[in-house]
Formats: sequence, C-alpha cells, structure tokens
Amino acid sequence: MKDPYEVLGVPRDADEDRIKKAYRELAKKHHPDLHPGDKSALAKFQEVQGAYDLLSDKEKRRRFDAGEIDASGAERPPRNFYRAYADGSEGAKYHGFGESADIDLDDLFGMFGGAARAGGRRRGGGQPFQMPGADVSYTLRVSFLDAANGARQRITLPDGRSIDVAIPEGTHDRQTLRLKGQGQPGIGGGEPGDAYIEIHVEPHAFFTRKDNDVHVEIPVTLDEAILGAKTEVPTVSGLVNLTVPKGSNTGTTLRLKGRGILDARTKARGDQYVKLKVVLPDQIDDELRSFIETWSKTHKYDVRRKAGMA
Amino acid sequence: MADFDEVIRSCRIERIELETWIERRWVLPARDDGNYVFSETDVARVSLICDLTRDLALDEDAMSVVLPLLDQVYALRSSLRRVAEAIGGLPEPTRAQLREQLRKTPRRRP
Repeated sequence: MKDPYEVLGVPRDADEDRIKKAYRELAKKHHPDLHPGDKSALAKFQEVQGAYDLLSDKEKRRRFDAGEIDASGAERPPRNFYRAYADGSEGAKYHGFGESADIDLDDLFGMFGGAARAGGRRRGGGQPFQMPGADVSYTLRVSFLDAANGARQRITLPDGRSIDVAIPEGTHDRQTLRLKGQGQPGIGGGEPGDAYIEIHVEPHAFFTRKDNDVHVEIPVTLDEAILGAKTEVPTVSGLVNLTVPKGSNTGTTLRLKGRGILDARTKARGDQYVKLKVVLPDQIDDELRSFIETWSKTHKYDVRRKAGMA
Repeated sequence: MADFDEVIRSCRIERIELETWIERRWVLPARDDGNYVFSETDVARVSLICDLTRDLALDEDAMSVVLPLLDQVYALRSSLRRVAEAIGGLPEPTRAQLREQLRKTPRRRP
C-alpha cells in the first residue's frame, strides 16, 4: 500500500477540503464504471478510495500521521462494479429504457450496408444492416408448491411490460426458462432477443425436495405410534391417507409411492417420504406418570448403548 | 437477489434516496408481489449512483445527464462487442477483406 498522501497527490498538511477535492478529481478520472474499457481503472480507483478512507477520517489520519497505523487495512472490501454487469444480458434492461429511451441503435447500424450519408448523398450499396435484439435475463421467485405443481405467474418487467410466465410442473430451483422473442427488440427489422427467467424456488414450511422426491416430517401422538392409526398427510398434490403401523417410532420413514414431483423429462413421478416424529402430550397428567412409573420398573431398555453412546 | 432493506443497508443510503432513484427510473428492480427484487446488476448500479452522488458530488440535474450517457456507452459497447463477435465468426478471407476496407476508409478529421 502506497502512502495515501502520495496517492491523492496532496501535501501532508492538506486540509479536509483539499483532500476531498483531490479525491473527487481522481475518482472522476478512475471510477471503473465511468471508464469501462480501462483495465487499470479498477486497481487505481480502489487505491484512491483506500487513501481517501484513511485521510478523510480524522482519527485514522491522526494515528497514521503519528505512525501508529500504516496505510494497509485502509482498503475497502472487494465490490462488484456495475461495468461487470452492464454488458451482460441482465444489464441490457438499462440500455434502452428509463431516461435513455431515446437511444436509437437503428441509426448507428443503419450506417452499415451503405445507408450512411456523406455530404447528403448516399454512398456505397449493399443490404441494409440487420441485427437480432439482445437477450435479457430476469429472476423470478416462485413458491414451492407452484414449482412442484406448475403455475402461471404474471411478472412485470422493469420496462413496464408484463408477461405471463408458464412455470412447468416440477420446475426446480435455479432452472432457467426461455421466453422466445421477449428480449430486446431487433435492429433494422431483426428478430427480437429472448428473455431468460431464472426460477428461484422458495423453501416450504414442511416440505423439502430431493431430486423428484419430497420429504416431510409428520408428528404423531404416543397412542398413534404404539397402537397404529389411519391418518391424512399433506402431499404436494393434496391430502393422502396414510397408515401409521403399530409400534412406529420417531424416525420411522414411510414411503408414499408416486406422490412426489413429476420429472419433466422422464414423466416419472417421485415419491414422498414421511418421517414420523413421536410427540408426547403437552401436559403429562398424573395417570400417565403413574402408569409409566409402574411400567418402567419392570421394562428397562437401554437406548444409548444401542446408539453406541455408552 | 436482495430486497429493498438489504440494498439500503449494504449501500448505506437513505430509504428516500432509493425510492427517488426508482421513481426516476435510474434503477429498475423487478417486482414480485408488489415488493422490489434487486438483482446483482441492480445493486451494482445503486452503488454506482451512490458513488456519483457522494464521491463525485453530482446533483440530480447532472445525474439525469450523466446516467443516460453512461447507458448509451454501455449499450454501444455491448452492440459493438456483438458486431465484433459476428465478424470473428466470418471466414478469414472475408475478415481480410473487411480489414482492407477499413484501411481504405479514411478517418474523419476535424
């Protein structure tokens, strides 16, 4: 790390105003987003910012001047500059919208193919220039069940247009949907680009997905676990009957075949795995307590030894 | 992806500032159920606008000149890159022809 006074080009007794002014000048000159083609701008700007952070803070500057701290550690954490995105398809939404809606690339590319005018006269010949529009990408949050069962969702694009997105059944997290022709308009009559929608599936309160299988934990009562029971459990496609076998335990896992999520490619359906969790009543009444006291005297069982913990 | 509160926190700006920037269409976050959703691009753009306001002391009037010009630069760069890629995909004789044509086309001088 270089000497911050040197970086900003100010004398050691420069006042706050002078430092600020020097910083402003250098920031204008080196801000990476203002100089997208300049590869050295990033390092230079970060150096300048680091120096300014140190010298604009009275306490830090005093300690630096007194030799208590050196100039390192004044660097800011790395950050993503806009220029890294502006050329990408996500940045394309800023190219023709908002305040810069008057950009006319037709005008620029009309120059190709001999449409350029020189001194008021056309020169050259050839075909008018055509170029397909740029692709754009968006992200869309979708609920777990909408992704599992398929849904239509209307999204408002940043340019104000809204489009209907058909989310296919079984869509998984980070899957990208392509909407043909919904990107930027073409130039000179060229085809429009495509819109790419990356789906972010939101987590569900009790379902989790592994491949095309759905996992869920179902609480059962003590009597259901010991005596067995018939009950209904939620699946992604609604309630389904489930038989809890006699003598079930916490961790007992039952499979509901074909109650998972449809695989878009193979058209096969995954399964739902139901993991049971035995839950004691909220209040242990006297009857239960005294029964267990009597019962446990003659029915010892060592669960921790079995688990390898004793 | 970030929501409104995450953006104002990470960029250290006031709520009203970000609201104004969205209103002026300087930032174009997507909407989901009426809530703003900021992509990484949007967040980087908010940081840029913040730098321009704070560090470079641009006022609103200056910003509404600078930002569209900047967008045009990026739009032109992105279009030029596509043209360059398209040219790169042409057979060598055609590229040689293009180089020759460029050499013959005089630069405009003031």
